[in-house]
Amino acid sequence: MATETKVKSPPDAEIMAICDRFGSDHHRMLDILLAVQEERRCITPSTMDTIAAVVGVTRIAVEGVASFYSFLSLAPKGRVTIRLCDDIVDRFSGLDAVVAAFEAELGIRMGETSADQAFSLEFTPCIGMCDQAPAAMINDVVATKLTAERATAIARALKQGMSPAEALVADHDVLSPYQRVRALVDNNIRQSGEVLLGQVPEDAGLRAAAAMAPSAIIDAVEASGLRGCGGAGFTTGRKWRFAAAAPSDRRFVICNADEGEPGTFKDRVILTERADLVFEGMTIAARAAGAREGILYLRGEYLYLREHLEAVLAARRARGVLGANFDIRIQMGAGAYICGEEGALISSCEGLPGEPKTRPPFPVTRGYLGFPTVVNNVETFAHVARILDRGAAWFHAMGTEKSHGTKLFSISGDCARPGVYELPYGLTLRELLSLAGAENAAAVQVGGPSGTMVGRDSFDRRLTFDDLATGGAVIVFSARRNILEIVDYYMSFFVHESCGYCTPCRVGNVFLKKAIEKFRKGQANDDDIAYLKDLSATIIETSRCGLGQTSPNPVLSSLQNFPLIYAALTKPTQDGVKATFDIQSAISGARDIAKRRSYIFDKDFSK
Amino acid sequence: MSESFQFRIDGVEVTARPGQTIMEAADAAGIYIPRLCDVEGLRHQGGCRVCTVKSGGRSVSACTQPAEPGLEVENDSAARNRVRRDLVEMLFHEGNHLCPICEKSGNCELQAMAYRLDMTEATRFPWLEPCRDLDASHPDIALDTNRCISCGRCIRASQDMDGKGVFGYVGRGIHRRVAVNGADLAHTDAALADHAMHVCPVGCIIRKGEGFQVPIGERHFDHGLIGHEIEDRARKDGRK
Amino acid sequence: MTEARKPRVATVSLAGCFGCHMAVLDIDERMIALMGRVEFDRSPLTDIKTFTQRCDIGIIEGGCCNEENVHTLIDFRKNCDVLIALGQCAIMGGLPAMRNAIMHSREPLRECLEEAYISGPYLRNATRLIPNDPVLPLILDKVYPCSDIVDIDVQIPGCAPSGDIIFSTLVALLDGKFKGFARETLRFD
Repeated sequence: MATETKVKSPPDAEIMAICDRFGSDHHRMLDILLAVQEERRCITPSTMDTIAAVVGVTRIAVEGVASFYSFLSLAPKGRVTIRLCDDIVDRFSGLDAVVAAFEAELGIRMGETSADQAFSLEFTPCIGMCDQAPAAMINDVVATKLTAERATAIARALKQGMSPAEALVADHDVLSPYQRVRALVDNNIRQSGEVLLGQVPEDAGLRAAAAMAPSAIIDAVEASGLRGCGGAGFTTGRKWRFAAAAPSDRRFVICNADEGEPGTFKDRVILTERADLVFEGMTIAARAAGAREGILYLRGEYLYLREHLEAVLAARRARGVLGANFDIRIQMGAGAYICGEEGALISSCEGLPGEPKTRPPFPVTRGYLGFPTVVNNVETFAHVARILDRGAAWFHAMGTEKSHGTKLFSISGDCARPGVYELPYGLTLRELLSLAGAENAAAVQVGGPSGTMVGRDSFDRRLTFDDLATGGAVIVFSARRNILEIVDYYMSFFVHESCGYCTPCRVGNVFLKKAIEKFRKGQANDDDIAYLKDLSATIIETSRCGLGQTSPNPVLSSLQNFPLIYAALTKPTQDGVKATFDIQSAISGARDIAKRRSYIFDKDFSK
Repeated sequence: MSESFQFRIDGVEVTARPGQTIMEAADAAGIYIPRLCDVEGLRHQGGCRVCTVKSGGRSVSACTQPAEPGLEVENDSAARNRVRRDLVEMLFHEGNHLCPICEKSGNCELQAMAYRLDMTEATRFPWLEPCRDLDASHPDIALDTNRCISCGRCIRASQDMDGKGVFGYVGRGIHRRVAVNGADLAHTDAALADHAMHVCPVGCIIRKGEGFQVPIGERHFDHGLIGHEIEDRARKDGRK
Repeated sequence: MTEARKPRVATVSLAGCFGCHMAVLDIDERMIALMGRVEFDRSPLTDIKTFTQRCDIGIIEGGCCNEENVHTLIDFRKNCDVLIALGQCAIMGGLPAMRNAIMHSREPLRECLEEAYISGPYLRNATRLIPNDPVLPLILDKVYPCSDIVDIDVQIPGCAPSGDIIFSTLVALLDGKFKGFARETLRFD
């Protein structure tokens, strides 16, 4: 292959140097491959051979990682790769026109790389910009609020040789990392609550924690009632207690900043505005659990935040609140939703494909590299810092009986004021929708695709762990949206993001997606409703991790809350003949080859 | 090592040692829990999910879930077997499993599992019909990944027993599949004597020159349903 | 009217090898008992080409590889109360469906026909033409199992199914007692 010969010269010294930068450690495989991808825009077989030899694994092990992540590529990519977010919110916000503009200006179609290898155009799932859709990643930066005109202008600037950052931000080189982030992406903070988005004092929680015994810190976190904010809602204090109790001389604290649930973007805002608070919370967790090493796992889509976060870390080290007893490194992800799952995230940190781990053992006893590991969400760590500052009782008093404190909601879709809202747990969906200017909502996806799709009769339900649980995403759809188009998109998302480890999720979701297509084409009958339920039940019951255990939710919750939409599309089978079978398309190829019509099925043969 | 303990599978009391999985304890007690990716001698993967049981009300894979004192496990029920049949049918539809032309027929665990789980009704699942190239480059071994069920036995056997790493998974989701450590099988250190070449439950790893040697009627699963060897243990014990 | 009406059975071979029909004959002397209980209508066994009346049981061998197969299968579904897919080809496409897995090109059907008639390695086709007589039914884009096209009530597996399983299934259906197969008797080959 041409590409293979091309990378053989220059010699592999460059690849070996990249490996060397990461200690030639196979646990840093993802970093190595990301660096190679950035340098060469392609990971060839000979590159994989070199890496395998240097870090001491088989080539197939390298290929397993390289072929798993969407942002790594075995085929050559352009010097500038434009990844358009094709989330349903982007689609409903004019994505088609933006696609057409990029395609026209760059002369390539989606999924293609230009002949001169200057540009690649592709789709990518939600990049966390639903409040400013349509959006796209352009190499390491993000373009938001795209229109056809803006897309054309960006493409032109890139063609003239401007870097993506130059093309998007004027004077970007004189700006600080934080200013650059702010110039690229709006925060859209619509409601600042008492805990996170209001005024917060610097390191007050950490100072309090420093004066406390580790067990007392855990007691305080447990007493606050804080539960994980990523979606699963496990009690944070208990998690820490398990990790602290697991016998080991090495422990880890990992912050899950793989905010991949479509429609969620609150962690983006926390990392932009409250990064110190997050690192402070991690440092407190490290003290509580007895960890000296920390990792912030940052989703590949948030690469534009990296420089800013590194600057915050550097400042903390300079201030002496980080580095001595505990330090944090940033692990970049590479385009895999599954890595938001605790075990998969740890696998990814270990330089493996992002596959969930077998449980038990749980990460708190055997996590990263086999050591006890605390994994919490960005928002959870930020809460911790505030709890240690203001006290458990203060936090506990907010919210409801079983859902304490405040929650950051990411609201997007058909509403007047999309953005982030910090509110105490327990308000009704209706109240939230009213704040966001979404009174006309017909359907709301609470908790993203893996959550629940509800209709107007559910708007008085409360946003708590016990009622309408959400990791933060609230996506609003007006009456003019097609529910099944949304469900179909969400199923295609899960098909794309399933890791493939277990049968039901790998195969079952493909079948579920095809079944929804059948409904959309009007080919379904009444039995197909039972089929949707049966297949969903099998996937939920047998899937190995949370992805498959929740992936049928778009189907099941829309079936439950919008049954008429499905019923209206079913037709009884005529004469026992399947509506899915289309004789005309089945014979069209033969008709072309034979250059004649069908005697049996072409009624107008005589004409 | 601490004391052994008891738990129940479908109401039958089973003795387990600490550290044993539900499946290991069941095997020892002569209770068969259907499985495809798990095989004696290799570490557990928990990927096919055919061994899913209800344990204390939760669905778990019996091959990875530790047995615990007092557990109530539901295994051989209509509901569990229906779900297992769905999974086996998914595997049939994910690949190209044309039993009449496959040399593994009669010795194939996927096929045998379909018999055991009554996979006979008209399907509701679509056929995915993959179209992957056959790798016949190696003089002694051929690889038809269109028949692969992603059990990963060959991967674990090659790594852990042969110390080689001939096989590995590549890709993600529905595109995930077994691949080899080189351009093709001939460019790996695969050898016919490798343990990895003898653990494939289906007709994906083909040992050349061996096909159809055993006549119909004398093949492994012509002699009984899959799992009968394990169940026979209980019968023998019962007679004693 | 002294004699009760006998159930009527129709059979046909679509994209199959006729092996399943041969297998029906494997029920041997039990055929006499069966003939006493049913009347064969449209079938290669009777050489009746079209349905003379509605049938109780239709037995399909083979899947669908061309438009005529589809037409016939739909005709069977319309004229039979219980439709049986007999053998692996009818159930899942069988050997003819091997062509479904060679779809490498943009035009898989052309690729398939060219390999079969023009470029195949062991080919002797002096005309170098793909057969295209007007009486030939148009070939389908791929081979379809029967249940992809019509509702199938019972599938009898095997390639070919044994005489035993065919006989016992038919008798159970005629007695109204069919409840599936004994696991030990199942074979997909």
